[in-house]
Amino acid sequence: MTVTATPTRTPLEPAADESTAKKRGDPVRFVILAGLLALLLIVIAPLLIIAINAVKSPADYAGGGPLALPAHLYWDGIVDFWNRVDFGQKLWNSFVTSFTVAVLGVLLSVLNAYALGIGRVKGRLWFLVFFLVANLLPQEVLVYPLYFLAKQVHLYDSLIAIVVIFTVIQAAFGTYLLTSVYQDFPTELLDAADVDGAGKWRTLWSVVAPVSRPTLGVLFTFFFIWTWNEFFLPLVFLVSNDNQTVPVALGVLQGDRLMDATMTSASGLIGILPAMIFFLVFQRTLTRGITAGAVK
Amino acid sequence: MRRKGYGVFLIPGVLAALLVIVVPLVMTVWTSFTKWNGVGEQRWIGFDNYTRLFEDSLFWSSFGNILLLVLAMAVVPTLLGLVLAAVLFDYVAKKFSDRWASLFRSGFYLPQVIPVAVTGIVWGWILHPEYGALNRILEAIGLGGLAHNWLGEPGSALYSVMGIMIWVQLGYPIVMFMAGLQRVDPELYEAADLDGATWWQRFRKITVYLIRPEFSVVLVTTTISALKIFGPIFVLTGGGPSNATLVPSYFAYQNFFEKAQVGYGSAISTVLTVLIVVLAFVFLRLQTRSVK
Repeated sequence: MTVTATPTRTPLEPAADESTAKKRGDPVRFVILAGLLALLLIVIAPLLIIAINAVKSPADYAGGGPLALPAHLYWDGIVDFWNRVDFGQKLWNSFVTSFTVAVLGVLLSVLNAYALGIGRVKGRLWFLVFFLVANLLPQEVLVYPLYFLAKQVHLYDSLIAIVVIFTVIQAAFGTYLLTSVYQDFPTELLDAADVDGAGKWRTLWSVVAPVSRPTLGVLFTFFFIWTWNEFFLPLVFLVSNDNQTVPVALGVLQGDRLMDATMTSASGLIGILPAMIFFLVFQRTLTRGITAGAVK
Repeated sequence: MRRKGYGVFLIPGVLAALLVIVVPLVMTVWTSFTKWNGVGEQRWIGFDNYTRLFEDSLFWSSFGNILLLVLAMAVVPTLLGLVLAAVLFDYVAKKFSDRWASLFRSGFYLPQVIPVAVTGIVWGWILHPEYGALNRILEAIGLGGLAHNWLGEPGSALYSVMGIMIWVQLGYPIVMFMAGLQRVDPELYEAADLDGATWWQRFRKITVYLIRPEFSVVLVTTTISALKIFGPIFVLTGGGPSNATLVPSYFAYQNFFEKAQVGYGSAISTVLTVLIVVLAFVFLRLQTRSVK
């Protein structure tokens, strides 16, 4: 109303009307957008429900049910859960394991891929097939001997065993991916390094690794997140409370009778948060990298 | 130009892989021919574990369950993801903006980054028979009759897990397919527009045709991850109720660590591994073909 009453606006209006009319003339557009938004809501609704119930007091929850917004923010559920499972310790365990695996895994992948992609050692195709299959093997087929061997060398219930195992498993994928990248490595750079009299080690660390840094970054991100989210082997290996990682600690508490509805919700929320932080921090790398290596 | 003397760089990787992968693999295959409780004497029994396996109705039902999970984790997300990726790429990005398209993509991808244990907590909570949100919602909209112990009744447990796995998996095909569509020459779509092709025709003739490589990769990798599924079963149902959601990997885990039937567990894992390795070779062949 006020808009039409303002004379200075009138010259602009026909144009604005025209474009909105054109858009309105295409109802399909909004049906599709509404459909997608509804689907998106369904996808993120479970996470939203967990988030709103994590900050409700049990009384608030009993009164309003799971779908009402919290009457006031209540952090005790989260704090109680954090203290009860010593969540800081679990976060630290997960972080140390994932970080070490990511560093060592990238290192091992680089060494393998240097030999296979640039060195083109004999039988390289078979090595590649081997590493690919190694990465795809179900962990069930490795778990018992690993468990048995780890007990023999007193590495059962130790983060070291988890680091060693996942370094190898992740590097198997990394080797596969990085070899296909190194196959197309510019030969001029290698030749130039040769001419400068750089040995193979120097060429690797001062030419090949720096040039492929973006790919190594993607691998690092993958290895970190994958190791963080691993469940099966850590579940088998890390039995004592002090050694558990975040997923194991949360997984074994499922169905614990001491966990009420809001505390379970709180445990879900503090499990989601690190993943969300990685997602936001690494989002660009992830969307770039998730497709890397899958299809050349 | 052939370069020489690079073999030395493979030594740490190969040694580590021998220790962590080859030796355990061989040990498990060997153990599958023995009777062993994990501590005592290991006795060679030939193919007995395997004949027992093929007569075990639990083993067959675990493979039946895994087929349904392949449907939920590979087939449905791949097909649905294909349509959604095409809508986002060829409709939303053009009629609205790229930002809308990538917003949707990130949103749909979100369940993929959440650790499986947390997925278990989230859905276990929502489907909980007493305080779960889903039953409350159903009651609130007058469909209280449908309220259910979703994960706790044999009739609905597997379908509930399937629904959850579609939710988990959907983002992966969308991201893969949207990335694949970046390769498509926009002129193709424009030419199709000029020829008066409908959106559906463009989808079938251009989109689907051009991202065949991604399609097969996504289908095979998701199928393999469905065959390997363990975490979601462990945290959601523990294989129950009354084995309604038992899968081979969980079945193997029970035999290893709960029943101390290590030989039998090894036989289950070996069969599963053979299946996955066969699929991996299909994957390799598809991939080499798509490169050519």
